[in-house]
Amino acid sequence: MKKILSFFVGISLIVSLAACGGAGNTQTASSNSSSGAASGTSTYKIGGIGPITGGAAIYGQAVQRGIQIAVDEINANGGINGSKIEFRFEDDEHDAEKAVNAYNVLKGWGMQILIGTVTSSPCIQVAAETSADNLFQITPSGSAVECVENDTVFRVCFSDPDQGAASAKYINDKKLATKVGVIYDSSDVYSTGVREKFAEEAKKCDFEIVETTEFTADTKTDFTTQLQKLKSAGAELVFMPFYYSEAAIVLTQANTMDYKPIFFGVDGLDGILTVENFDIKLAEDVMLLTPFIADSDDQLTKNFVNTYKRLYKEVPNQFAADAYDAAYIVKAALEDAGANPNMSYSELCDVLKESMLNIKVNGLTGENMTWNESGEPNKDPKAVIIKNGAYVGA
Amino acid sequence: MEQIRNIKNKQFIYSLSTALMVIVGYAIMQSVINANLASPLIKGLMVPLCIYSILAISLNLVVGISGELSLGHAGFMCIGAFASCIFTRYMKWLGNESLLIFIIAILIGAVAAGLAGFLIGIPVLRLRGDYLAIVTLAFGEIIKNVINAIYLGVDSTGFKFSMKDSLDLNLGEGGIVIIKGAQGITNAPRYSTFLIGAIILLICVVILNNFINSYYGRNIMAIRDNRIAAESIGLNASRYKLLAFTIGSAMAGVAGVLYAHNLNTLAALPKNFGYNMSITILVFVVLGGMGNIRGSIISAVILTVLPEFLREFSNYRMLVYSILLVTLMIFSNAPALKDFRENLLSKINFGKNKKLINKE
Repeated sequence: MKKILSFFVGISLIVSLAACGGAGNTQTASSNSSSGAASGTSTYKIGGIGPITGGAAIYGQAVQRGIQIAVDEINANGGINGSKIEFRFEDDEHDAEKAVNAYNVLKGWGMQILIGTVTSSPCIQVAAETSADNLFQITPSGSAVECVENDTVFRVCFSDPDQGAASAKYINDKKLATKVGVIYDSSDVYSTGVREKFAEEAKKCDFEIVETTEFTADTKTDFTTQLQKLKSAGAELVFMPFYYSEAAIVLTQANTMDYKPIFFGVDGLDGILTVENFDIKLAEDVMLLTPFIADSDDQLTKNFVNTYKRLYKEVPNQFAADAYDAAYIVKAALEDAGANPNMSYSELCDVLKESMLNIKVNGLTGENMTWNESGEPNKDPKAVIIKNGAYVGA
Repeated sequence: MEQIRNIKNKQFIYSLSTALMVIVGYAIMQSVINANLASPLIKGLMVPLCIYSILAISLNLVVGISGELSLGHAGFMCIGAFASCIFTRYMKWLGNESLLIFIIAILIGAVAAGLAGFLIGIPVLRLRGDYLAIVTLAFGEIIKNVINAIYLGVDSTGFKFSMKDSLDLNLGEGGIVIIKGAQGITNAPRYSTFLIGAIILLICVVILNNFINSYYGRNIMAIRDNRIAAESIGLNASRYKLLAFTIGSAMAGVAGVLYAHNLNTLAALPKNFGYNMSITILVFVVLGGMGNIRGSIISAVILTVLPEFLREFSNYRMLVYSILLVTLMIFSNAPALKDFRENLLSKINFGKNKKLINKE
């Protein structure tokens, strides 16, 4: 009898849970009927997609928070030409198939503009969907070249090859070293993309790549073999195109084996000073090319970092900054186009595509950012060096 | 004699009902979509539902029918996906895009994955114990990492291969990179439709049901239930297990083909072809019931749709999903509740089972 009772309790629990979901669903279903045509409301519906669960969750969460801060600010300051923004963010679990599901959910909700996705592989997939639907998409951080192949997609961050080329040029121009070693994550699109262009560009430069070592997502806890190779090849500068969590381990292990070359990174390295249990003295003199520096003195960055810290109790990384900028870029483009929220997503896309070429945005990740037809941003990377546990312009 | 006929009839009805379920399911969903009542999410979910159903029933053949534990089913899916997608991407580059190409691609995917399953099965299925689980687990991870290291390009002089990077391919004018390391294949043609998915699922269901009820299928189940007894009457255990495992792998390969051609981009990420995916497929099988083809399809559909419908919970989605999954598992498999369910069913079918009850 007890068993039967527990069975019914369980069933009723499930039913009530399903009912919760169902209630929400009916709302989206009602707005769904008007998704194709004008939505009839006076708010812009902006969707976001990114991984907020799973291995890449930190990037997706940063983007979600960055957009949320920007949206709240815009709404508090009277919206876009008087129209408020409604923002909804969906999880893609860093998976192309789930990203399509998330995109479809947002379309059912009545999304007019998409800010996303966060990671490259889902972004390429969603870009194919948005171009088929003619829906305007701006990706804060999808850095693979293929992300912006379609003319409906623009991006805020640098592309992988741009970063590779800029790094090689910078090292060459400043004559930082003659013998360069590379260590990269061969299982990661971002890392391989940067590395490949760096190697290509290096052929034209005065320095020489003496050794290239690699690791994969499954072997990213021990780098002693790779470092030993670089050391015996006599690399004076080590180029590290990957994220800060692995870089922290590399720096720690290099220190224990008494190997002290110049470490040079790209924007993924931003955040290294916030890694837990990492002795930031080891990051002394590390150089990185990045569009965003959280310790920067300008008022915009200060405000953003303070708000982010207050709401989420941590220092924002470049993903959050890119996302914050993306929301303001959308605002600038909408204002330039003189758009109104009653336009359908396809009409909005047509005007926004034009406006993106006209606007000039001052954001966290660059001053006077402009765009061309290719969808790539035009902005300068800033080289910084870590001195006394803080970023300093180099 | 009558008893045998009864059993045969029952099996036939069971097979027919599974096939009918697929057909009716397809007809209902297609008419809902045609009537424009379905949300974009529902429309987008149709092909994945077919894919996961095929994966679930193919693994059920290995786990449920032949009684071997395989933890690398996603690896076979991965092989099918990449083998077929290399072919279709190459054909797209040559300017050929047609249904015929896709049909050839499906065959390529099935053969490639089946071959991989066959090669792995030869040594491993001779052993007793859980060796297949260990080997397939490693296999799935290895395949994923190998594909992430491959660069394959094609230009007017032919295919070019490298393990270093795409520059190393030295492609000539007009050449394309087909597999670009970790980024995988981009700009793949999209052939998978709900109709094709449903047809392939139906074919797989019919093949499996016929296979299970055939001479081979009965032998395989005999070996599962008592290997020594089966071998004593002259059945070659490893040969039959190998047969089941190869068919299961080939079907997973077909699911991989559908998966690859449902998306524009194909990358071997931990999320889609890793260990977790293999476990997800195993969960479909366990929830649906070992050896129960119809149950596998139903559980694959429910567990694929569930996380999407839980999006209303936003940040707590995966938490709610896991709670529901645990609850479902308990309710579908707890022995006490099984009795309760059967009692309930027998009460509903009172007229039918009257004789049985009277006998008691």
